[in-house]
Amino acid sequence: MNAALEDGTTAPAVARETLVELRELVVDYVLSGRSIRAVDHVNLSVGKGEIVGLAGESGCGKSTIANAIMQLLRAPAQVTSGEIRFRGEDLTKMSTEQLRQFRWSNVSMVFQSAMNSLNPLMRVGDQFVDMMKAHRKISKDDALARAATLMELVGMDRSHVRSYPHELSGGMRQRTVIAMALALGPELMIMDEPTTALDVVVQREILQRVQDLQQDLGFAVLFITHDLSLLVEFSDRIAIMYAGEIVESAASDVLFERPQHPYTVGLMSSFPPLSGPRERIVGIPGSPPDLAKPPAGCRFHTRCTHCDPASPALYRRQTTERPVLREVGPGHLVACHLTDER
Amino acid sequence: MTVAAVAGAERTLDVQGLSKSFPVPGASLLHRKMLRAVDDVTFALKQGTVTALVGESGSGKSTVARLISRLYTPTGGSILYRGEDVGAMHGKQELLQYRSRVQMIFQDPFSSLNPVKKVDYHVSRPLLIHRIVPKADVLDRVHELLHSVGLVPAEEIAKKYPHELSGGQRQRVAIARALAVEPEVILADEPTSMLDVSIRLGILNLIHDLKRERNIAFLYVTHDLASARYVADDVLVMYAGQIVEHGPTDEVLQRPMHPYTKLLLSAVPNPNAGLHSHRLAPRPKTDLAVDLVGCRFAERCPLAVASCVSDPPVLLERRPNHLVRCPIVDPST
Repeated sequence: MNAALEDGTTAPAVARETLVELRELVVDYVLSGRSIRAVDHVNLSVGKGEIVGLAGESGCGKSTIANAIMQLLRAPAQVTSGEIRFRGEDLTKMSTEQLRQFRWSNVSMVFQSAMNSLNPLMRVGDQFVDMMKAHRKISKDDALARAATLMELVGMDRSHVRSYPHELSGGMRQRTVIAMALALGPELMIMDEPTTALDVVVQREILQRVQDLQQDLGFAVLFITHDLSLLVEFSDRIAIMYAGEIVESAASDVLFERPQHPYTVGLMSSFPPLSGPRERIVGIPGSPPDLAKPPAGCRFHTRCTHCDPASPALYRRQTTERPVLREVGPGHLVACHLTDER
Repeated sequence: MTVAAVAGAERTLDVQGLSKSFPVPGASLLHRKMLRAVDDVTFALKQGTVTALVGESGSGKSTVARLISRLYTPTGGSILYRGEDVGAMHGKQELLQYRSRVQMIFQDPFSSLNPVKKVDYHVSRPLLIHRIVPKADVLDRVHELLHSVGLVPAEEIAKKYPHELSGGQRQRVAIARALAVEPEVILADEPTSMLDVSIRLGILNLIHDLKRERNIAFLYVTHDLASARYVADDVLVMYAGQIVEHGPTDEVLQRPMHPYTKLLLSAVPNPNAGLHSHRLAPRPKTDLAVDLVGCRFAERCPLAVASCVSDPPVLLERRPNHLVRCPIVDPST
């Protein structure tokens, strides 16, 4: 592994204490006779109190990373190699009991379909009580009081601890799940597409609230989405994933102003603008590769507009040689042959 | 995409004073509360034109599409298809005929296709049911249709099962199926919201091309204002069951008048500004079941004055072709 990679991933743009660190993480889905590499030698760190965005299309491996950090991967998925360190301790080597303590207390997760992860037969407050009693010595009354406070924290009325999930709107259920994720004061909250099912106004209301709470409480967030425009606004640093690899990472403003990887540029231009001329935009041609047989060389070359047989030397590299992440600016890493040539 | 072209286009479908109320579950039978999901909605769909219907979840926008497709029966108002009252159509043959002219595309391409049937089955069924082409020509037409929605090689795609396709490809199959009956109107209910951003553009571009090549009138139902701006000629903004703003896309989205349209615009992610740059005001929840007298947006509205709560606002043309349901706003700004 080259030195630039090591430096770039362990030293974020703002020097912070590292909370979670993925080192050369490899996750495979092993099916009868074949194996699909969903996460391929990924290095990623989240600092204390940092909001890190992880963006990419469906199937790029971003949710697999979230589940790997939570140690929730189940067969056929497996961590084949690499480390997942939380405050220096390798999670892949923890016992089941240690992991049980670790989840919710140290790292909590808000899932994509979190709205539907509440038990429909139990009052919301009782679900808080169950979770808190599993982790802490706490009386039911104290847990309910804490639940009510948490509901207020996420912008809901205290009385909703007595509600059943079906009595709440989608946005309110998502707020409830976020309140639950905050209940034990975790240092990291992983949010996997938390607002995808919600409309824009509710999405903004919830993210504003999370950002306020993050500033008050100081937890870190790993925010996973395919919506890059949202990430640029919300996160400190962004990593872009394509076909199981991180292809670019940088501070949000740097990534927005000077994206280097053609895939990042494509994702950015996939959003129709709300102002300026109304003209046809193409976005990214084609669709993501089948990870069972990923393309040789740069995995993006089959969709890359800069990959052209007319420049034979570059074309040969693009189609045969895997690009590695190199530092192109402070904390800005790119894996692209074009950048190497510049 | 010009305003003049749109104004001159032929009206295919007229929606007049359309209303739909649902009984509120749990309320007592004697004092049955009704939820006014759609309240006095009027607009027209025109040939070769995309009309966007935007609003938040629960605003009634999907209900409007379902009323037009006759999945629901209206409680008031009328739908005229080429001048003929759709509500008066009852015979099986008549309805079949109407449904072959007005097709619907749903949000979720994962659940709108039968998982045990191949693509050619899905696209050939409407061809057979509506007897569009002789049986011998069905497969050729299926390939043609798949090709026209960008699914190539069509012969190979036709033999695949839905699970072998990506979300974007599945949505294209749903569009090919809708096109099979050569409809004049397509109602697309959030057709891109479950797709990846990079795939969404392809579907939007396809809608744009179909509108031009086949002169189809589209109703594009969405909560995504940026995509509405990208693909639509006209925009209708819906709030709590009512149209609050209506006009040509550039008018409504570049010079919005209604405070709700402004709120929606400010909520769209904007990488040029932080989340804190334009914070949204906290909202009280409008209860649609309660018979509100005045403006339904009043309690969330930054401009609200006393009369807003007592006087129902009327949808009025405040600028040329630009209608707004708010007496407070100043049309000159």
